[in-house]
Amino acid sequence: MKKIKNAHEGKGPTREQPTRAYSPARVVIPVQLHLGAPSEPCVKAGERVRLGQVVATPMGGLGLPVHASVSGTVTAIEDRIQFGGLPVRCIVIENDGLDEWVELTPLGDVETVPAESIIPAIRDAGICGMGGATFPTHAKLTIPEGKHCDTVIVNGAECETHLTSDFRLMLEQPLRIVDGLRAVMRALGVERGVIAVEDNKPEAVAALMACAEGRAGVSVVVMPTKYPQGSEKQLIKAVTDREVPAFKLPIDVHTVVVNVATAAAIADAVTLGKPLVERITTVTGCVREPGNLLLRIGTLFQDAINACGGYSQQPGKIIAGGAMTGICAPDDQVSVGKGSGGILVMNVREAKTDQEQPCIRCARCAEVCPIGLDPFLIKYYCDHEDYDGAEEHHVMECMMCGCCAYICPSRRWLTTSFRTARQVISARRREEK
Amino acid sequence: MNWLPVFLAFGVIGALGTLCGVMLTAADKKFAVQSDERWQQVRQALGGANCGACGYSGCNAYAEAIVAGKARIYACPSANTEAIAAAMGMQLESPIPMKAYVRCQGNRGNTKERYIYDGYQSCVTAATMAGGPKMCCYACLGLGDCEKVCPFGAISIQNGVAVVDEFRCVGCGNCARYCPRHAIELKPAASKVYVKCNNGTLGRTTRAHCIKSCIGCGACAKKCPQQAIEIKNGHAVVDYSRCDDCLACLSVCPSWCIVTEQDWR
Repeated sequence: MKKIKNAHEGKGPTREQPTRAYSPARVVIPVQLHLGAPSEPCVKAGERVRLGQVVATPMGGLGLPVHASVSGTVTAIEDRIQFGGLPVRCIVIENDGLDEWVELTPLGDVETVPAESIIPAIRDAGICGMGGATFPTHAKLTIPEGKHCDTVIVNGAECETHLTSDFRLMLEQPLRIVDGLRAVMRALGVERGVIAVEDNKPEAVAALMACAEGRAGVSVVVMPTKYPQGSEKQLIKAVTDREVPAFKLPIDVHTVVVNVATAAAIADAVTLGKPLVERITTVTGCVREPGNLLLRIGTLFQDAINACGGYSQQPGKIIAGGAMTGICAPDDQVSVGKGSGGILVMNVREAKTDQEQPCIRCARCAEVCPIGLDPFLIKYYCDHEDYDGAEEHHVMECMMCGCCAYICPSRRWLTTSFRTARQVISARRREEK
Repeated sequence: MNWLPVFLAFGVIGALGTLCGVMLTAADKKFAVQSDERWQQVRQALGGANCGACGYSGCNAYAEAIVAGKARIYACPSANTEAIAAAMGMQLESPIPMKAYVRCQGNRGNTKERYIYDGYQSCVTAATMAGGPKMCCYACLGLGDCEKVCPFGAISIQNGVAVVDEFRCVGCGNCARYCPRHAIELKPAASKVYVKCNNGTLGRTTRAHCIKSCIGCGACAKKCPQQAIEIKNGHAVVDYSRCDDCLACLSVCPSWCIVTEQDWR
């Protein structure tokens, strides 16, 4: 695999900005903040809720409770367009600014609490993967029958462009991350815990190393900076030199990976009994004062951008996440979710998409593909709607990192067409079942 | 003359031939491929043009799917359906000729736009991008996935909405399978009533998005002498087995979303 040189990182404007807490006048909390069945609202319009109160109860095994992220009055429960295809039920809460917490039941220090009480606490705190996938963490930590785990990796790579939220977290609150890692290690009965950080964040490495001193089994690993190293499978390969086979999970190579923000949330859930109600989000791009905000879950993008001084130019596109893997928002009336690591505002010129040119068969896409696919070949099949052919060339293993589309000199829309192919193929599979 | 080599040659060749014959017979018996006789019969009853209208990659694949019980036997418009039913030992239903129709009138004049979509020109991708580029998140996206999969060229995109040419449509249902919004449906070719809306929300919400949306008022259901219309999931649904084409529903619809063919063309 070839490394992409001179990739524009875009981390400069927000890297040195300390995290600021921001509490909006109103939050809009979707009941589906995680991957899995939407939760069922259990409050009514007009009801007063306190900070951290459960406002929607989980449905099904992968369900998670949703907590109020401000104290105040529920003004409406309505359908709103978020990122997905169809409207999602949202709970709108007017903030009274008092931040009155519900009664919290801390479990105690991570080193002394009973190991079996940790995973239920993680579920009750509504924690899911905060790196972007929003997969419920308790389900990830429940190891299936017949498999075992010997390494826990905390993912502090943050290889995605523009984002610095994980970096600020590692720098400012390293103790929470180490505590969270210890909690996961104790819950799984694992001896080895690794915090993996890329070498463009030396300050974060120093802070984490100081905290990891004297903690049983915890080590900090420094990796070279390389996109897409923050992807689970690539990270496992870099840290443990084990390769996760296609369509297998990290647990099949005895590894569990959690994001740094998730680890910090786990530490809060165990030591303080606090549910997940806020996260650090980088707001950058065409805003007046780019920065890292500690935002309540459900803050509207508009409020977050206004907290950073508003738009500096006419916005062309708002992206949730980084420039490589982020999702485009329809407008600024969508909410910050548990997996929103960043809000990137592009101006009209940056947002303009290029016209596709014919493939010149330079095979640069095949050179940079981190899992060794042939993107030019798959694209050929996708263009001809031959999705069976695309599947034969392993389009389902594509992880949507965007390297091929970034490097392509003909500006071909490789990653987008692979996403389409994956959607068509998985729809067909659901139909066949 | 010495005849011995001649007889020897005949003898050796004869013996070899017999040996090979015995071996081939044994191999044929032992390694025989179990082929389904029905496949041959079904395959012969199909058109043989490999048009793909059935949704399978050619006639052979479709015949396999029928024999395996995975496919309906009516998917091929040119097949001898009676012969297939006989081969499969099935009772032949009298197939009603079907036509596809698009359950949406959300063209550029009728439906507002949510954002400008200039990404990959595929409905499947656009549908997952925050409710799609049209305000109504049940509307036809008009990027032409159905147009591409129609083997008969019966679908075209006109002013941002797919339109079916009923003279060319054979009712294969390919488009209905591909549409990510499920906005295309099959209906009996003889019926004249079209409900041209697919929304699944409240009337006041959808009315704000599209001037020709079904608001679920139920006026058509009350007016219908056959009780063939009911409001399901926010929009009117016609039970074509009861509908007798009296067209009483057309006059009462306040948002012009129940139409006949002439009206929307």
